[in-house]
Amino acid sequence: MSKRYNFAAVLSAVVLICCGALILNQNVNAAGEGKITGTVKLDGPAPHMKGIDMGKDPYCAKAHANDPAHLETYVVGADGGLANVVVYISEGLSGSAAAESSATEPVFDQKNCMYTPHVLGLTVEQKFKVTTSDQTTHNIHPLPNPMTGNIPWNQSQPPGAAPVEKSWKAPEMIPVQCNIHPWMHGWFAVVKGPHATSDTKGTYTISNVPAGNYTVTAWQEAAGTQTQKVTVAAGGAGSANFTFKPK
Amino acid sequence: MQRNNLRKWSLLLGAVAIVALPMPSWAQLTKYDLESRMGVESHVGNITGHAKAAKADYRRYCVVCHGELGDGNGESFPWIDPKPRDFQLGVFKCRSTPTGTLPTDQDLFDTLARGLDRSNMPQWSTFTKQQRADLVAWVKHFSPRWTNEKPGTPITIPPEPEVTPERIKAGRDVFARVQCWKCHGVLGQANGPSAATLTDDLGRPIAAYNFTEGARPKCGDTDRDIYRIFMTGLDGTPMPSFADNIKPDEAWDLVFYLRTLMSQNSKEKAMAKQLGLKPVDPNAPAGQQ
Repeated sequence: MSKRYNFAAVLSAVVLICCGALILNQNVNAAGEGKITGTVKLDGPAPHMKGIDMGKDPYCAKAHANDPAHLETYVVGADGGLANVVVYISEGLSGSAAAESSATEPVFDQKNCMYTPHVLGLTVEQKFKVTTSDQTTHNIHPLPNPMTGNIPWNQSQPPGAAPVEKSWKAPEMIPVQCNIHPWMHGWFAVVKGPHATSDTKGTYTISNVPAGNYTVTAWQEAAGTQTQKVTVAAGGAGSANFTFKPK
Repeated sequence: MQRNNLRKWSLLLGAVAIVALPMPSWAQLTKYDLESRMGVESHVGNITGHAKAAKADYRRYCVVCHGELGDGNGESFPWIDPKPRDFQLGVFKCRSTPTGTLPTDQDLFDTLARGLDRSNMPQWSTFTKQQRADLVAWVKHFSPRWTNEKPGTPITIPPEPEVTPERIKAGRDVFARVQCWKCHGVLGQANGPSAATLTDDLGRPIAAYNFTEGARPKCGDTDRDIYRIFMTGLDGTPMPSFADNIKPDEAWDLVFYLRTLMSQNSKEKAMAKQLGLKPVDPNAPAGQQ
């Protein structure tokens, strides 16, 4: 009897030590950090983005009196650069690098009855804050698929409300909406490992990438996803440019 | 002694090694998955409900709307609105627990007996308590959330204070500050500026609660029920939780003010009349009612 327990103890210890060694080993690899950079462009002219009538809420309408608001499904810069595209490593990351959640706490603000940013890239379990800068009540209502392990919630934020702090359990592109202002629509892009979101020039930089061969995925809320193979040398830079066709 | 310690450690290490394995991802549940979840139990007071025991009742009374797989896709699905609940998602309106958490067994037990007003869900008060507890366990067996999560901690509701005209006036200020009227309207007639565009979590049109037509609120019509509704939110619907922005004492004030909007006679309504209380002004700047 006791022999069996001894064996179980030794076996468990060996398994754990192996796991530990594996994780530590990967952390050592991660030290030679490289990056992946590139540009995301839209093929052809920018699709027309409908204007938003905020007449329902005088506060919102007034905030946009001189600067009419438009839908943000495609945000295209001067040179065809496509903003709000989340680029992340979908294959090739070691377990520990994929499990690492970013320590920064990004902010998703409700400002002038729009979401700033429109798309917030996050890692699994990364904490983020939802704030309001508006003098009108919003309700912040993300709509994940509960089958993924992300649970939907719905909280009000009247003027001056304290930030809501949350995180997500599983990778998923989660739409978020305000039921009070039905035009307000944004995304929590929850991914594993290092990622970046393109700016209005379409450029992005994923930093803290360990050396390796990767598949990189670019996600745009309406145009879908594209993938590319990228190789990053220790401390070096890989490159991946994407071109999306509007749908 | 030493042997005992060793035994403890080996068990603990073994458990850690197992937990460290990657978790499988969830998919839509099949009949086969559900078969393996037959052992789910519920605990309501001192009654223990067993999923297995509710199989016959579910087939007889519930399956026509909620469907064999509990996904709300029963035979009657196309003909009724609001649509039957999808139990696989594990998202419920009537909870004593914070938004984004599972309800307690007691919450589901109460919902069964109460029914959901203005929907096809009747009051199942004809069941025995044991039958209801069994059905609660059955409802739980449809969602893996009950394996992976614990129900939320029920919110604390302080004892109900006495209604005073001051409290009703204070409740009106809360109603104005958190802007209940955006959906429910300044008179509670469900005609606020955002009422027409409301949709539920699955994108289907949904109506805000109309306080003035005599219908019972969805999750109960006692003062405590009303308190609970806006402090937990009705998950799956546009109704958010106000727990972070209304203090417990203010919440009671709001309950009293909401009573003045309802069509039923109440002392709150009488007091509001005596006060000559006017509806809130939607155009007044924040904090200046």
